[in-house]
Amino acid sequence: MSLLRFSTAGSVDDGKSTLIGRLLYDSKGVYEDQLASVAKASAGGSGGTIDLALLTDGLRAEREQGITIDVAYRYFSTPKRKFIIADTPGHEQYTRNMATGASTADLAIILIDARNGVLPQSRRHAFIANLLGIRHFVVAINKMDLAGFDQNVYNAILNEFTGFLDKIGAPKALFIPISARDGDNVVTRSERTPWYSGPALLEHLEDVPVIEELERLPARFPVQYVLRPNLDFRGYAGQVASGIFRVGDAVLALPSRRQTTITRIVTYDGDLEATAAPQSVTICLANEIDISRGDVIVPASALPHVSRRFRANVVWMNAKPLELGRGYVIKHTSHQVRGVVRAINYRMDVNTLARVGASKLELNEIGEISVETHHPVYFDAYAQNRVTGAFILIDPLSNETLGAAMIIDIEGKEETRGQVSAADRAARFGHKSAIVAVEDTESALLLERELFDRGANVAVAASPEPGTAQLAAAAGMILIVVGSVPENALDLRRTSTHEAVLKLGRSGILAGHEEQLIEGEGI
Amino acid sequence: MDHLDLLEAESIQIIREVAAEFQNPVMLYSIGKDSSVMVRLAQKAFFPGKIPFPLLHIDTTYKFREMITFRDEFAASIGAKLIVHTNQAAIDDGANPLRIGTQKCCGLLKTRALLDGLAAGGYDAAFGGARRDEEKSRAKERVYSFRDEFGQWDPKNQRPELWNVYNARVDKGQHIRVFPLSNWTELDVWQYIGRENIPIVPLYYAKPRPMVVRGASLIPIEQEFMLQPGEKAEMVMCRMRSLGCSPCTGAIRSEADTIDKIIDEMKLVRRSERENRVIDHDQEGSMEIKKREGYF
Ligand SMILES: Nc1nc2c(ncn2[C@@H]2O[C@H](COP(=O)(O)OP(=O)(O)OP(=O)(O)O)[C@@H](O)[C@H]2O)c(=O)[nH]1
Ligand SMILES: [Mg+2]
Repeated sequence: MSLLRFSTAGSVDDGKSTLIGRLLYDSKGVYEDQLASVAKASAGGSGGTIDLALLTDGLRAEREQGITIDVAYRYFSTPKRKFIIADTPGHEQYTRNMATGASTADLAIILIDARNGVLPQSRRHAFIANLLGIRHFVVAINKMDLAGFDQNVYNAILNEFTGFLDKIGAPKALFIPISARDGDNVVTRSERTPWYSGPALLEHLEDVPVIEELERLPARFPVQYVLRPNLDFRGYAGQVASGIFRVGDAVLALPSRRQTTITRIVTYDGDLEATAAPQSVTICLANEIDISRGDVIVPASALPHVSRRFRANVVWMNAKPLELGRGYVIKHTSHQVRGVVRAINYRMDVNTLARVGASKLELNEIGEISVETHHPVYFDAYAQNRVTGAFILIDPLSNETLGAAMIIDIEGKEETRGQVSAADRAARFGHKSAIVAVEDTESALLLERELFDRGANVAVAASPEPGTAQLAAAAGMILIVVGSVPENALDLRRTSTHEAVLKLGRSGILAGHEEQLIEGEGI
Repeated sequence: MDHLDLLEAESIQIIREVAAEFQNPVMLYSIGKDSSVMVRLAQKAFFPGKIPFPLLHIDTTYKFREMITFRDEFAASIGAKLIVHTNQAAIDDGANPLRIGTQKCCGLLKTRALLDGLAAGGYDAAFGGARRDEEKSRAKERVYSFRDEFGQWDPKNQRPELWNVYNARVDKGQHIRVFPLSNWTELDVWQYIGRENIPIVPLYYAKPRPMVVRGASLIPIEQEFMLQPGEKAEMVMCRMRSLGCSPCTGAIRSEADTIDKIIDEMKLVRRSERENRVIDHDQEGSMEIKKREGYF
């Protein structure tokens, strides 16, 4: 049976919880004793009718205040599909809980109260749902019973909100006129909206295609756990984030950039020939290479970005504002690094869609930031890959989750588009240009092989001519020279990309400096 | 991948995250069907290795005898390390649900025992087999549920939890309750038990058992004190839908003596599984109150 995850969104009191209650009730997804307990809880307020919102508003504080505070997860299935619902709060104060519920959704239902029309919070939630990469949008124009099922009311909201969704680049939405309270167009089509010819909500939920997009992306396998139960077995446990891995595939591990091949794909239920996202498996490799938690295994032919600097959209979720230069813990797939926000490129005004200058981001604000991490992160743009493009920011002091971020691209990419820059080359090769002097030819060839195997752009210059160093620098190359560093290389260090020239002895070459060389630090 | 494959992959990812990021995790093992599924998922997560953390059973001493037998045999068969913790002081004081009431009894033998058991082991993460479809406050809980120094849950101030990127950071004395089965339903659990051939306590299968019939409730007679004056046990064809302490867990009338029959029964059932658990209904919102205080 297929699985659809969807979440609700929209302003406070627009009827999100009532809609989910109605959906569960009409599709027989509620047990009798739960219904009886909800009926009992409702009786005090509204004379005899069941308050369907109480099926999801289960916290005492929620029932006291009559609003949703945190996401409720509910489950139901029809003969066609199994559904996981996240019913989220509309109140602005709890926007982070809305984002929590939306982050795993395939589809968002945005509710709009027919009497109030499009509100700031409708726009904010649509914006966040789109940022989070939700592929399917439904806009349910609710409480049509209070608007006399008037087609004009429906059309006016449809036109206004379509304009907004187009502007933010959201997926094309299906608009449905409903009454969550009475059930019109929720499970079955309503006779009270003869002018509406589309499907009822549940029909759409059952039919909307959930394409296995993850499988078609470049393969990514973030390592969660290294399994070494005995001397004969070493496997890397994780969940395939995207794509397909097959036994025999040539793969590369980041950050080491060592190449090897997949020898086994192990599961409790037997070995597999191939594995696709989102399976959880254990991968064994041909060579004993150093891989630990947080590393990622990728096909040698399709590498992710490797960078310490990138731009991202962020939804800020803490009362303590986002500040420049503060140290944050960044958790990205199974990888944790320290980092800082170098710049807030703009804050997004979700009502006007204006990009506003900002020196900090307050609770529930959304903006574009530039991040710098202490160690490189291996990522794809979130727009391409919802797993390897996402990260959270954590406060190292309070341990709280502060923000959710979606990577746009490596830093500086936009400015240099059109011309290949040193940064572009560094991003491609995983290192900056450098000149390394070693004592003898044997060491030079050894080092060249080592770096080459890790995907480096490297060559040995046995007898460098004048200008060789400049050429190597322009090509973003690591040049290995035997003996002393050529004179002109020192000029380069002052003038351009070389930050230092290392003199390496024969021994300890790789042990001492490989990290720096590969990360482009300090060379 | 069908929905069970997706749920399995998601749960294994969670279990591995915990094993990798916490210093000292433990898996709460209650011997029920959900625990049985959770342990199987842990076996899968670390295959061909063994489960790298112990199982902890909080034993109220009022569990069904069949459960304890099953527990010991099962733990030994999979080579897991099993720790059993009991609030012995309370038992010695004569704590039982009839004498002190179900709320107090649960507070001492489950919540207190759990918090003490966790503190004794110095655990910073505890897996639980709870599912969100069980109860309305559980429906609100994160996969990683943060607990403060006193084991308390603050439902109004939970950490945001985006995607499957979990925040494992806690200070000393705090811990995280982790629920890898959050998104499983009761039916999913049964279908998975059937598909994977997971061993379960025989109490889940229907057979004639001695019961006291009290109104609509079937009360199992495991403890002498359960019989009220004038009551007599009679044989009833029944099974347990959920396993707790024998005095507080009712049976349901059922003919389902195989997994397939249980699955069929599950598809038709109109009442929730926790309806037969006395403790959840002492008071409106009682599960939430207990969870705030540190209950599992
Ligand atoms: N007349 C009418 N009332 C409705 C309808 N849908 C919801 N309501 C009422 O609107 C009020 C708010 O409904 P909820 O479902 O709690 O709204 P919500 O969007 O979940 O609110 P938050 O979660 O707090 O943001 C309740 O009193 C509902 O009974 C509808 O279709 N028609
Ligand atoms: Mg609500």
